[in-house]
Amino acid sequence: MATLFDNIPLMIMLVGALVGIASSLVGTFLVLRGTSMLSDAIGHSIVLGIVVVWLATHQANGPVQIIGAALTGILTVFLTELLVSTQRVKKDAAIGLVFPVLFSLGVLLINLYASDVHIDAHTVLLGEIGFVWLDTLTIGGAEVPRALISMGAMTLLNLLFVAAFYKELKLATFDEALAKALGFAPTALFYVLLMLTSGTAVAAFDAVGAVLFVAFVIVPPSAAYLLTDRLWKIFVYASLIAAASSVSGYMLAVAWDVSIGGMMAVMTGVFLALAFLLGPRYGLCAQWLSRRRQRDLNESRTLMVHLYHHEDGPEKAVENVTQALREHLMWTPARARRAVELSRQRQLVVQEGERLHLTQAGRHMAREILEPGAKDGS
Amino acid sequence: MSLASLLGDYTLQNVVLGAAMLGLVSGVLGSFAVLRKQSLLGDTLSHAALPGVCLGFIIAGGREMGSILAGALFTGSLAALVMLLLTRMSRLKTDAALGISLSVFFAIGVVLLTYIQGTGNASQGGLDAFLFGQAAATLRSDLWIMAAVGGVALALVAGLWKEFKLVSFDAQFAATQGMPVSLLDGLMTIMIALAVVIGLQMVGVVLMAAMVIAPAVAARQWANRLESMVALSALFGILGGVVGAVISATGPGLATGPLIILSLSSVVLVSLLFAPRRGFLWEILKLRRDRRQLRYQRVLTTLYQLASHHADRHYRSEKRMLDTYLGADSRRALARLMARGLIIEQDPPPHEPGNNKRWVLTPAGCQEAERILATLGQEQAH
Repeated sequence: MATLFDNIPLMIMLVGALVGIASSLVGTFLVLRGTSMLSDAIGHSIVLGIVVVWLATHQANGPVQIIGAALTGILTVFLTELLVSTQRVKKDAAIGLVFPVLFSLGVLLINLYASDVHIDAHTVLLGEIGFVWLDTLTIGGAEVPRALISMGAMTLLNLLFVAAFYKELKLATFDEALAKALGFAPTALFYVLLMLTSGTAVAAFDAVGAVLFVAFVIVPPSAAYLLTDRLWKIFVYASLIAAASSVSGYMLAVAWDVSIGGMMAVMTGVFLALAFLLGPRYGLCAQWLSRRRQRDLNESRTLMVHLYHHEDGPEKAVENVTQALREHLMWTPARARRAVELSRQRQLVVQEGERLHLTQAGRHMAREILEPGAKDGS
Repeated sequence: MSLASLLGDYTLQNVVLGAAMLGLVSGVLGSFAVLRKQSLLGDTLSHAALPGVCLGFIIAGGREMGSILAGALFTGSLAALVMLLLTRMSRLKTDAALGISLSVFFAIGVVLLTYIQGTGNASQGGLDAFLFGQAAATLRSDLWIMAAVGGVALALVAGLWKEFKLVSFDAQFAATQGMPVSLLDGLMTIMIALAVVIGLQMVGVVLMAAMVIAPAVAARQWANRLESMVALSALFGILGGVVGAVISATGPGLATGPLIILSLSSVVLVSLLFAPRRGFLWEILKLRRDRRQLRYQRVLTTLYQLASHHADRHYRSEKRMLDTYLGADSRRALARLMARGLIIEQDPPPHEPGNNKRWVLTPAGCQEAERILATLGQEQAH
């Protein structure tokens, strides 16, 4: 057991994965509600909470810090809502006004009173996940990194909250009006969610800093959202992406000797790009393929109707040849060739020199288009 | 330090000039961003400038302002493009796309930053200043580059003023007029990136968002026309920038960005509270005035209705009866009505018990009550 906690790379990857999983649990709801940028605001403004609590108690971590920061997070959201409710400022501008003020106060307090201690402005932004193993607690004879404990606790707390209020959160996210009408207090639920987001931000703070935290909140759930429609699957996929980002980010960071937290965040972006391009249903490639399939089908159907229309008429010799497709349907030669080829493959037409004949299946398709529901041969 | 020696100080001159320039450009460009509800775009673009700063540094092999700013402009625009791609081509909403661009680009910046530190380049210390801003490190040569970039941005605004105005207020109408709306949109986004680039040295990547938003929001409270809003926004930007930068340059170890943002935010607060018409304070005062007026109008019409119930224009109403009728204390309203000559005070009629004063409508009061009731009737009829 003790050797497990002595394994520094494992500890770092574990902390990274927990940061990602805990953040995705709350981040999923922020992304689905269209309020992702609140995590950016909270991530910045908790700096003030951390500094104030540090100045008051000289505790750099622990429950007091998490509560203090949770309150700062709520303060951010409350001030933003207050500004919006005066109707003088739009919501996006209000977010962009409030958190810089709180963040500025935090940075100035660090500059003035706490410049040489645990929290310097640089760590505030970037975090030091590579050093999590320096700060340990002894539990049952094993030296356990403090960050691992706090992140584990936050993950558990978020998981409990989501599991306990799964139905309510789902309803409040997708149909807030209905949730309100049924008496579920979606606003209160949302504030609890934001408090948990702030708490997670503080716990993740030492590891990844204020800004990279935003990546872990927004990116894995967004990537998961591109892969599935089911809410519980979003959680599973986001957690897997977070864990994979942590492991691959650590490996690459060590290989290239760069910031570990930064590389982990970059990897979440890489996974998002993959989901964006290769997602099974909403990915760019999948959409392109389905559009092409649809186009091919449409061309085939047009060809069937054209052939059927002239099948028994005297103009058959003129119309039902590949040449006519170019001149009468205004198709390019390539398009005409493609449509004929595809229809032949599906055994809808047979080609005889230049002439095209409908097969039984082709005739059936054309009738189905022209007289939907009619019986064959009637 | 005396004022004269302050003004003569070379570093301080640079700082003041730089901050003024920054305030001017971000004030003007921020107005359009705020009006188009794209305030947070500035936040994304500024965070996304970090990898560009590092790239510029790596390519130039040192802290060379020109290539650093070019890099910042490049990655800022790239982030805007990524954001646009995500919102147009996937099911993600704008906020998520903004957050993704912001955090992933910043993460790339952090990786590059540590890469540069790893290479042990001696002049890498200057790069940290781009996070929170360090006005005191501004060089005269930096100012020339900032002036050139800002000049381009302002010239674009002046040249395309009409187009930008229309796109900001009614993009659909602009499109029906045959304006290339997407192109103008893109141009305005690039110009926010330009403002961000100018602010990197002064405010840093993290706080540039507020630098773009705050002057415009403050100016909006005072002005109803785009022309005056942009002018005021520029003025506020310059004011906040110079005040913050001077405090930072004279105090030891104070980051410039936070100070500029705090001084600008004070301007926003004052504007929100005190600006004429839109100011919050005036609204509270107006609300109180309206409430008082409504109260005395109610008292007056109640007196009128009591009189017409008794078919007696000189009916003497008692205050306690009024209070019960209205469910509120009418003392102050009665005093106001009497001061305006709409009612008079009389002794109670001889056959009634008690000697409380009674209130009677004057002819003017009768007219006023009829007027109020008539307008009420009209409103109900509508």
